[in-house]
Order: sequence, then C-alpha cells, then structure tokens
Amino acid sequence: MKRRGVLAGIGALFVGACSKLAGTGPVSSLLDAAEGWNKGLHDLLGRRTALAREFSPADISPFFRGNGTIDPREDAYNYKAHAAAGFADWRLQVTGLVETPLLLTMDEIRAMPQRTQITRHDCVEGWSAIGQWSGPQLSHILDLARLRPEAKFIVFRCADSLAGGPYYESVDLIDAFHPQTIMAHQLNGEPLPIRNGAPLRMRIERQLGYKHAKYLTEIEAVASLDTIGGGGGGYWEDRAGYQWYAGI
Amino acid sequence: MKKHALTTRIWHWVNLVCLVVLFMSGLGISNAHKRLYWGHWGFAPEDAWLFLPKFPGWMTIPGRYDLAGARDWHLLMAWFFAVGLLVFMLASLANRHFKRDLVTSLAEWRWSAVKADIAKHLKLDFSHAGSKFNFLQKLAYGVTIFILLPAMIFSGIAMSPAMDASWPFVVDLFGGRQSARSVHFVTAWALAGFLALHLVLVLLSGPIRQIRDMITGGEA
Repeated sequence: MKRRGVLAGIGALFVGACSKLAGTGPVSSLLDAAEGWNKGLHDLLGRRTALAREFSPADISPFFRGNGTIDPREDAYNYKAHAAAGFADWRLQVTGLVETPLLLTMDEIRAMPQRTQITRHDCVEGWSAIGQWSGPQLSHILDLARLRPEAKFIVFRCADSLAGGPYYESVDLIDAFHPQTIMAHQLNGEPLPIRNGAPLRMRIERQLGYKHAKYLTEIEAVASLDTIGGGGGGYWEDRAGYQWYAGI
Repeated sequence: MKKHALTTRIWHWVNLVCLVVLFMSGLGISNAHKRLYWGHWGFAPEDAWLFLPKFPGWMTIPGRYDLAGARDWHLLMAWFFAVGLLVFMLASLANRHFKRDLVTSLAEWRWSAVKADIAKHLKLDFSHAGSKFNFLQKLAYGVTIFILLPAMIFSGIAMSPAMDASWPFVVDLFGGRQSARSVHFVTAWALAGFLALHLVLVLLSGPIRQIRDMITGGEA
C-alpha cells in the first residue's frame, strides 16, 4: 500500500507538472502545432486521393450505435413534428459564398446521383462500427451551387443542440470534394434512423465521428471559421478543445 | 571510448519522457471507452474481450477526464517517440551499437547457457565477461526495441482513419482497427512492465554508477 502511495505521489506530481507546462506559451503552441503536423503528413501521403476502405455487406455491424445527440428535441426546428411526418417537409439550405443559394427538398436530394459505400465509422472515444451509407456526393451539391473563389471551408449546421449549444461542424475543400464525402439519407438500405441523424447526415470517411454532422439543415460556404460559433470550426472543437483536423 | 554513445544517451532520456507521457495520456484516452475488441469494429459490451478499469487521475494526463487534452499530449509526444526511435535505430546501425552489443550468437540460445544466465541473475550476479550485455539483457532490449516499440507506433498509425486510407496495409497487419487498439493497449502495459523490471535491475546493479554513465557516457 505504501509503495502504491509513493507511485501515486510521483504520478500526481508528474500530472501536475504537465498541466502547468500545457498552460505555458511554448508547450501550448507545440500541442496545437502537432495537429498541423498530422494534417501535413496526411496531405503528403495523398489526402486528396486516398479512399477509405469500403467493406463487404458481410462486415456490416448488426447495430449502428448512435452517439452525442440521439433524439433531438429542439423546438426551433420543430424536429419532432418533422419526424412524425417522415421528414416529408425537411429542407436543406445551401448558403454562404455560392453563386446560387439552394433550398433542397428530400425528394430532390434522393433524385440526385447517389453513392453507396460500406465504411467503418471511428469514434474519438475509441469504438468503431461498420455501416452502409447512401446519398448524393457533397461535391455534386456544391457544383450545383457553384462556390465563389473566396470559399475555403464548408460549414454544416444541424437541428440538434447539446447542452444548449447548436451542433455544427466544418471541413476544408479537400474533404468537401472528396468522392466519399456524401450526404447520407440511408443506413443499411433503410431511411436513416433518428439516433444516426435522420433525415440527413454527413459522411466524412477519413475523419473521426464528431466531424460527421447529423440532422443537417444547412451547408454554408465560408472563407474563414473565425466568426462561426466559438471559432474552432465545430461544436466539440469550441466546447472541449477537440482538434479540428480529426484524421487521427 | 564511452560505454554509452551520445546518441544512445540522448535517445534514452528523450524516450523515457515520451513513454511516460504517452502511457499516462493513453490511460486518459482509454477512460473514454473502457472496453477492448478484436477485428474491424466493436462498440457494445457483448463484443468486448476485455473490460478496463477507470484509471485514476494520478495515472492520467491531464489529471482529470479530458479526452481532448489527453489526445493533444498523446499525438504530440508520438512524433518525438517515433522520430526518436527511427534516429536511434539509424545511429545504432551506423555506430555498430546493435551489431556489437545486441546481436546474439547461436551458442547464447543454448538452453544450458540460458539456464546458467538465469541462475546468475537470481544470485544478482550481473557480470558478463567479454560483451557489454548478458543474454537476458540482449533479449529484453532486443524485444523492446525491435518488437514492442515499433508495435506501438504501427498499432497507433492503424487507429487513424486517414492513415488507414493512405496506408491500408498497416491496419491489415493487425487484422482491423479494434485489434490494433487492443494490441496498442496490451503492448503499452508490456512496456510498463519492461520499465519496472529495468528500474529494479538498475537499482540492484549500482544505480548511481548506472545513471551517471547514462548521462556522462561512462568508461567502456
């Protein structure tokens, strides 16, 4: 018990030293810089072209876990009424730095060219699940809206809130135009379940789960993320300091 | 000539800091999902092969539950750890440290020789005429440097969805991302075991001289 106490004491001292260090300028900027090194390495290894593995139907998980919001109740979007009506009147807005803002119905989205992919979903917490997703490529919708040259990021706005804050996410144009970046309305051949983001969610296949915004209401093209939400580029980035680039 | 080359000494201490921070921030990350699985996927208790405890604050960096902070430390130190190991390996090939001190002869693997080495260890006799390390030392350092440390790096890479897209063969090496996560966790504890054994043996074999030599280089 005594040895354990000594170990715990050393551990606590070390933990304390690390949190002191994390608060100092150089260490804090190093901790931030590593996110850029990882993104830089992934860019170097072919982030523009590399495809996430696509699995066979036999690999699909029997159940696809929902995480974060699994049942939005926000009255602002009248989500419950939309759910009761089978999302027949759900609209997706395409706004921001585009030549042609769009207001798309679910029927219009389902009538677009579709992509179906069986991919692994990796949560930042550590678990993984495999599912089959179907929907139009984001690039198709962005081509319809025609991005203005100043646009550098795509922001995804959502119907759900967590602890009072609206969920949102964002990606750069490399991921926005990646062929596997789709706006999914089906999981395993069925309309998206509510826990997985009905009626529309993003699939950003080479990044962690928190980037895959659910309950999509709007996509907005922007030049900078600084003035959006808390400036971090996403709900968890603002709230808990998660890294914006979640390829690792 | 020095007992320990400068590159060996620098790497030794840098690697110690890396391993401690990586281990403790890793336990913080583990607290976010306290189950391990085999294969490509897994998320439910019935899929798990191992249920993990919640590691207390004095074992984790940061000292409270903070997944983002733990990942920041982990993903930063992983760079120093991986690049450091690569530089140390190249330097040890160039200065013949590996060939001179770690390569074993067939005679050393004979069971009678291994038994004799174990018996000497149990009597706390660590003398080893003719070469820097005895057989059990070579075995422990060899397994750590060439198997455990690289296994940490590659199982870590296999957990990155972006790296899995660019380098799918890495995740295939482990048979899936959740297998890689299990290997990562088990190997981390194997390294903690190595560190504990290493510390005990340093303490039993003249700790002041050993630590001094790992700083100044010592006399060969």
